[in-house]
Amino acid sequence: MERFRMVFSGSGGQGVVTAAIILAEAAVIIENLNAVQSQSYGAAARGGSTRSDVIIADSAIHYPKVIQPNFLVCLTQPAYNAYYPIIRPGGLLLTDQRFVNTEDKVDARQVELPMHSAVMEQIGKPIVFNICMLGVTISLTQVVQPESILKVLEERIPEGFLELNQKALNLGIEMGAAVKI
Amino acid sequence: MEKNVKFVQGNEACVEAALYAGLNFFAGYPITPSSEIAELLSGRLPASGGKFIQMEDEIASMCAIIGASLTGNKVMTATSGPGFSLMQEALGYAVMTEIPCVIVNVMRGGPSTGIPTHGSQGDVNQARWGTHGDHSILALTASNHQDIFEMTVTAFNMAETYRTPVILLFDEIVAHMRERLVIPEFGELPLVERLRTSVSEGIDYHPYLPREDGRLPMSDFGGVHRYNVTGLYHDMWGFPSTEPRVVHELIRHLVDKLENRVNRLAHYKEYFLEDAEYVLVSYGSAARSALHVVKERRLRGERLGLLELQTLWPFPKEVVHEKCAGAKAVIVVELNMGQVLQLVKMAVGDPERIFLANRIDGVFITPIDIMKILRLIQGKGV
Repeated sequence: MERFRMVFSGSGGQGVVTAAIILAEAAVIIENLNAVQSQSYGAAARGGSTRSDVIIADSAIHYPKVIQPNFLVCLTQPAYNAYYPIIRPGGLLLTDQRFVNTEDKVDARQVELPMHSAVMEQIGKPIVFNICMLGVTISLTQVVQPESILKVLEERIPEGFLELNQKALNLGIEMGAAVKI
Repeated sequence: MEKNVKFVQGNEACVEAALYAGLNFFAGYPITPSSEIAELLSGRLPASGGKFIQMEDEIASMCAIIGASLTGNKVMTATSGPGFSLMQEALGYAVMTEIPCVIVNVMRGGPSTGIPTHGSQGDVNQARWGTHGDHSILALTASNHQDIFEMTVTAFNMAETYRTPVILLFDEIVAHMRERLVIPEFGELPLVERLRTSVSEGIDYHPYLPREDGRLPMSDFGGVHRYNVTGLYHDMWGFPSTEPRVVHELIRHLVDKLENRVNRLAHYKEYFLEDAEYVLVSYGSAARSALHVVKERRLRGERLGLLELQTLWPFPKEVVHEKCAGAKAVIVVELNMGQVLQLVKMAVGDPERIFLANRIDGVFITPIDIMKILRLIQGKGV
């Protein structure tokens, strides 16, 4: 398989780190791939802008950080401004229309989606915004199967919240499928 | 889903391994970037019948695990640089009184409170010489979660075998990243249990009288034997002595029990060393970037190899000498100003062949950083 180098960025509390962990865990535990996840740490992780790196591959991963992501998610304007220059030329850059105004000068395919407003309209709970983003991510990249994410969610999420998360994941998958790459 | 496969942080791998090895007492004071170890054990230990105590500081933490070990428990504490500094006096007490214990130092940038949230490997020499007086010490490290598991179990085994504190020098990068960990079945890794005295109740027990094989069987303190334990030079009863012969024999014993076994204690991994023109020597997280470079350049036909050290103290000088003997150049990759570089220079004995690839700005060294140094050494410019 192609080596996926992914960066998820946003502000503390949006759940980008959690989404990154769920994705990497699905790759390792369910799909028997290799994955390494790391995150920015410190004051930045508590309200400022936050970043999580994920590498997924079917071979060994040694250097654990991402220098040039081929898939980049930015959920805030500061995160976008900080990280759009690092995207690998030809990569895929996902943003939320509500939070990010994109630049033209980016040498990547930019996908702008109204993930936050779709979550608010169809589910009504902003806490599953990150899971919707994760749905878009796996839909665009095909890096893991949706069932693998679901299995991890079943392990990690309290039963009462599972349906909410499943809905958000499916919403994201649908939104991603509608994008023509 | 395979039950024994986990996707966890390095700190959690250390916790799983400590419990696997039989840890049943932890005292500590949480500090970044080691806090997850205390956090996880505060739940896991009471649940498995062990004891977890959050102490008032690191001095007390170190003293508590020494006391608990003496009463027959397998013990550990976890900290980072500032806390490790506070533990040094009691660490020396554990060396002198020969009490098995494991101290995890998840390294962050120093000196002082330094840079708590970023990685470093600046405590290598502190682990060796942080406590005063001649002594020997065991320090192990690891670059990935499977090795963290194995080295943590090894640390507990060495602590019991040699009756000594063992230091686990991990770093923020490996401690906080998540990757696969396969937890071995019980029995897969050997475990060394406490060697207890066969002297029965009512008969004099000499706590510092070695058996024929040199080992010192222990008696759980507070149990059936009364005996003395002191940080002063002591005789076979454990009572203070200034007798020159006693002093001389004890310091020789404390040093020789480890320094005479350097090769047996040496854990290391080697990659592509058979025909390597350029040998990278690295350890801990830095070895991940070094291995990345070696594997990538091998694909292009460059003869690079990696010696990854897992035992840092006692320093495996014969191993390093032998593995670097045929190299045109040796590049030590580490996250400090050259602490292991100096040791490699002494071990190889040819200092003009030895170079340093390091980073000291809190940023994890990248394969590109190492490549730049390599290019300079090869005379290929930057």
